[in-house]
Amino acid sequence: MTERIIQVDALARVEGEGALYVRLNGAQIEAVEFRIFEPPRFFEAFMVGRDAREAPDITSRICGICPIAYIMGASQAVEQALGIGTSPDIEALRRMLYCGEWIQSHVLHAAMLHAPDFLGLADAIEIAKTNPDLVRKALRLKKLGNTLMEVIGGRSVHPVNTRIGGFYRAPEVERIRALIPELEWGAQAARELTLAFAGFDFPADEYDYHFVSLVHPEDYPITQGRIGSSRGLDIPVADFNAHFSEHHVARSNALQGRMKDGSAYLVGPLARYTNNYDRLSASCQATALEAGLGPVVRNPFKSILVRMIEVQYACEEAARIAGSYVAPSPAFFVAPDRAGEGHGCTEAPRGLCYHHYRIDAEGRIEMAQIVPPTSQNQPQIEADLTRVVAANLGMADDALKWRCEQTIRNYDPCISCATHFLKLTVDRV
Amino acid sequence: MSDRPLFVGIGNAFRRDDGLGPWVAEALAARGLNAVPHAGDGAGLLDHFAASPSVVLIDATRSGAAAGTLRRLDARAEAIPAEFFHYSTHRFGLAEAVETARALGLLPARLIIYGIEGSDFGAGLGLSAPVPAAATALITALIGAGETPRGSVAQNL
Repeated sequence: MTERIIQVDALARVEGEGALYVRLNGAQIEAVEFRIFEPPRFFEAFMVGRDAREAPDITSRICGICPIAYIMGASQAVEQALGIGTSPDIEALRRMLYCGEWIQSHVLHAAMLHAPDFLGLADAIEIAKTNPDLVRKALRLKKLGNTLMEVIGGRSVHPVNTRIGGFYRAPEVERIRALIPELEWGAQAARELTLAFAGFDFPADEYDYHFVSLVHPEDYPITQGRIGSSRGLDIPVADFNAHFSEHHVARSNALQGRMKDGSAYLVGPLARYTNNYDRLSASCQATALEAGLGPVVRNPFKSILVRMIEVQYACEEAARIAGSYVAPSPAFFVAPDRAGEGHGCTEAPRGLCYHHYRIDAEGRIEMAQIVPPTSQNQPQIEADLTRVVAANLGMADDALKWRCEQTIRNYDPCISCATHFLKLTVDRV
Repeated sequence: MSDRPLFVGIGNAFRRDDGLGPWVAEALAARGLNAVPHAGDGAGLLDHFAASPSVVLIDATRSGAAAGTLRRLDARAEAIPAEFFHYSTHRFGLAEAVETARALGLLPARLIIYGIEGSDFGAGLGLSAPVPAAATALITALIGAGETPRGSVAQNL
């Protein structure tokens, strides 16, 4: 039998340091490994003993692309532990801020990093040469996302205007209203990009995923909801650890998430979309229909389309919030010290992001747990790779390598996020 | 658009020598120059290119040269080698931003890139020797060569 090794030592167009290893013996797949060698960063450990009010700002440093996911998850969990609520105006502003993160993160990945796979181009520079209007549109959209984060959060990377209980200062009504025309342009631009991307030649691949996401009776979930799944799971956020667990494997510096029964599951745009299709706006559903998508999308390569539909939704939703914006007063609620435990969960661009903290009577963190989306998706990424390799054994090595990288990029994996974790075991013999 | 030269110091101040760019930008801003740090992704750099006809980028390099080595690249005249620069988010960093801008016709009239070789890109604050000395020399040269708040960017540095 002929042994074939498909290996990518440093994956391109993903965040962080990862690798891919596939070993074939003839038609038999002997190993498929998505390796993460980005060093662990111990956030959960070094937060112990810190003031719980620092948790949002500290955890936002886990990622420069999706800091809002960490700020919001940590804020929810700490606010629950300290026993304070906020106001509808604060929650609306938080949702609008989160829309900014979805826009900039999704556009960067879909248009600049993932689209080249479908066009047979090496990178976004090549797209800029062959289709400059596409890249100009994407860059303007991405700037719009950054602008939302700057106006509401104070800056686009690691925002500084957020805090436990709300915001340090509420943005002026005029500044929020001024965003509406560009948001309206953004919704249309995202729709156009979705339809342009719908013309890509998508690999034929379908899988019956276990889709896990937040679910909400009224809203397409971003900051609020219960945890639901396509197989009937419907639990409060606080029950996360009763249904999901994390495991260490030697090939990855990121813990791998699985259901308690050991099965893989999928979080991210496909899961959100499928579990909450009815909560999308009519205009976004129309875009999906024109792009050839039904209410369930099981082809992981079409995640690029769902991301762009979510960009359209985020622009529409931010414009809607901006139109009825009232500056929150007070801008924040004060949290007195008390012992407690809290859970937070939001939809990061890449999927479910869970936070859990236990706090002592002086407001110090006793225990912290953060489960980011890429950790949860790792087993499913490896399962996808196995399926894709099995279906394409006849491909030449270079083509198969390309298809495998493309498969990983379907997830927009954020390896930096996934390696935030707690435990490092050193065996000395 | 301002006619003043814009200095953009690229990097993450919490990753030791990667913080060189923000370190230089802070020093230049303290002397009244139009200088800003940039810690976001490379796509955001394109916004800076529209802010002035004369843009100067300062970034740490990791090319294997001796620590403290200064490089000067004229982006209008040459392609930017991606392998020089440490900074990158989702693999879209300085070089990708410059080359994308070139393809789209968005380069400013003048775009100079200064790179200083770093050696320690681990977590932590502060630059490792001899990077601060090299950075200080660059700051002094930029100011001494006419990089004043109202002056023009030196052509020959």
